[in-house]
Amino acid sequence: MSEKHEKLIDKKGIRLDGRKADELRPLKLEVGVLPNADGSAYVEHGKNKILVGVFGPREVHPKHLSRPDRMVLKCRYHMAPFSVPERKSPAPSRREVELSKVIKESLEPALFPELFPRTGLDVYVEVLQADGGTRCASITAAALAIADSGVPMRDLVVACAAGKVEDTVVLDLYDAEDKLGAADVPVAYMPNLNAVTLLQMDGILSPEEFEKAVNMAMDGCKKIYAMQKEALKTKYMTVKEEEPKEEMEE
Amino acid sequence: MPTYFEAKQLVTPGELLAEGEYQAGENTYVEAGKIFASRIGLVDLETKRVNVVALRAFYVPKVGDIVIGSVIEVGFNGWTIDIRAPYSAILRASDVLSRPFKPQNDELSQFLDQGDLIVAKIASYDRAHDPQLTVGEPGLGKITRGQLMRITPTKIPRVIGRKGSMISMIKQETNCQIILGLNGVILVTGKNTADEDLAMRSIKKIEEESHTTGLTDRITQLLKEEKAKQPQVEIKQ
Amino acid sequence: MSSLITKVRQRQIQQIIETGKRLDGRSLTDFREFKIEEGVIEKAEGSARIFLGNTQVLVGVKVETGEPFPDTPNEGVMTVNAELVPLASPTYEPGPPDETSIELARIVDRGIRESKAIDTEKLCIEAGKKVFVVFVDVYVLNADGNLIDASALAAMSALMNTKMPNFEIKDGELKVKQGYTPLPMRSHPITVTIGKINGKLLVDVGAEEEAVVDARLSMAINDEGNICAIQKGLSGYFTPQELIEASKLAREKAAELRKKLKW
Repeated sequence: MSEKHEKLIDKKGIRLDGRKADELRPLKLEVGVLPNADGSAYVEHGKNKILVGVFGPREVHPKHLSRPDRMVLKCRYHMAPFSVPERKSPAPSRREVELSKVIKESLEPALFPELFPRTGLDVYVEVLQADGGTRCASITAAALAIADSGVPMRDLVVACAAGKVEDTVVLDLYDAEDKLGAADVPVAYMPNLNAVTLLQMDGILSPEEFEKAVNMAMDGCKKIYAMQKEALKTKYMTVKEEEPKEEMEE
Repeated sequence: MPTYFEAKQLVTPGELLAEGEYQAGENTYVEAGKIFASRIGLVDLETKRVNVVALRAFYVPKVGDIVIGSVIEVGFNGWTIDIRAPYSAILRASDVLSRPFKPQNDELSQFLDQGDLIVAKIASYDRAHDPQLTVGEPGLGKITRGQLMRITPTKIPRVIGRKGSMISMIKQETNCQIILGLNGVILVTGKNTADEDLAMRSIKKIEEESHTTGLTDRITQLLKEEKAKQPQVEIKQ
Repeated sequence: MSSLITKVRQRQIQQIIETGKRLDGRSLTDFREFKIEEGVIEKAEGSARIFLGNTQVLVGVKVETGEPFPDTPNEGVMTVNAELVPLASPTYEPGPPDETSIELARIVDRGIRESKAIDTEKLCIEAGKKVFVVFVDVYVLNADGNLIDASALAAMSALMNTKMPNFEIKDGELKVKQGYTPLPMRSHPITVTIGKINGKLLVDVGAEEEAVVDARLSMAINDEGNICAIQKGLSGYFTPQELIEASKLAREKAAELRKKLKW
């Protein structure tokens, strides 16, 4: 952990982990990593390591939670006990319950629930290692997992946070910046529909700083969206086309 | 008014495909006069219709489809069948028994028990009810031998091939009986496991390479090569 | 909740919203009449009850002593819990807190905590060993919409009339003295929740309107007009333009309420 007297961002605008104010942490996205799940994805975002598995659409259990006219989305955000420095109890914490809810609500606008009445879609997010910004990375991976499962979507959902450290608005806070910084603003976004599906904030921001942070986060989202598309294309185009010897009719 | 893609381009959900006088085809949706993709797939234009051939989709039941499923529950007057779809299917006892059905006397598990496999046809299906199956036609009923495999349901047409040419070739070269369930479940029954394995490998290869050109050639090649490897079978007199 | 509101009623609400009005005659940006009673539970160190339309929320504050968190040895502790008490609505069931009540508690908590409303350093009794722990319990007694804003207002009122016991450390032991000290407060955040119906933004959404709202945005505004907590809720979305509008509306309403409450 950084010492309190060390500045989170220096005079040249370089942060403790070497990044500039508007720089994303390194990101790796992989689709279709769990053979048993209907859809799955894995993300490494900075030191975050998050796995998402999706099951459905399938029958809802218990039955009283099923809706006659739509598909019900259920989401469970859970942190592995070894994901943080001090072992975390496996029992769901209040924070995990809240995050499960907001992540679910960030994905719902991207679905067509009326297409599959009386079914449920279960999204399981497991944070294997956490270093700040896990809810955003989870949403980015969950959207990929849902697309991987073949469930139709209006758009992908991509998420990124911005915030303030010292007096500077910065992109993609990691754990130390989140804990010691002045504000953290996670944003989830549907890029083609220009729609914000998750927005939270803790800290203190002036209205102008808030606007700047949201715009910065959306720019981050657009960059990550390009990586999402790349991850999907890589997965589904792994067989390279051979040069056809003659023109063959399919 | 334009389209925004090249033929057979890979698109992802939410990508804008076209604007204006086009029709929204498979795996697309319309909003404010624009057509967007709703699944990952390859987009193409068929006259004025924008279609996306999904690379990943699950089976949605349709009346008349032949499907292969397994019995998950034996009930009082029928069976619940897993057809690898968002909904499980129902097979009524009255469909299987050719005479009136008496719940006290008839032991349903004698006909079909948990874990049994069946080939069936979807007789009815609507938004408010689970699909109903029937086995009352020739070729349908309990499966007793063969190997089962699963592929993405959207690839079944590719396995069938133009006018059934692809599947006929595989059946012929491997000497196997192959039943293609439209729900992506396939039953392969051959004279020996080597033949069945070859048929299944060919089908798997079609699933993985369905979006490429020259596939028919490569499958023919695979079948020829593998058959040449196999020792000549002695026909015992 | 929406099972109680018929489709006919939902359509009526949507239609009248188009005209810029609501079923009870309010404009889109009007709060319902409200009243806050303070000190209603004498056995609690602080309490307040709010009546916002038919929504009733009672907040009780208990102050006890306990250990500080290891990374803040000089600071007192605050914790917020919320109960959607079964008598508050025919659809509420008894049981452990569900995701709605946990979210409600955490939104109220965030507004108070991030604005540093309570001067937690003044809650330190013996650094690293003993601090005051402030328990804020939100009790929803009748649910008629906008539980978030009602709970946040009641919680702040309760904290503002909370009295802590006086104490002294004698011979290494904590001894309670005569008299009370008001809970040291530094800021008075006000939370405004905005709902979206058919692209229109409303404040103080009532229970029937909740059935038709597709997205919700709660913003906590501090005394200086800065934003200290935000939570988007429900299955809909906001466009970036709507977010800017909502932010402006929330700050305007917070300033209005602040004037009315004299905080």
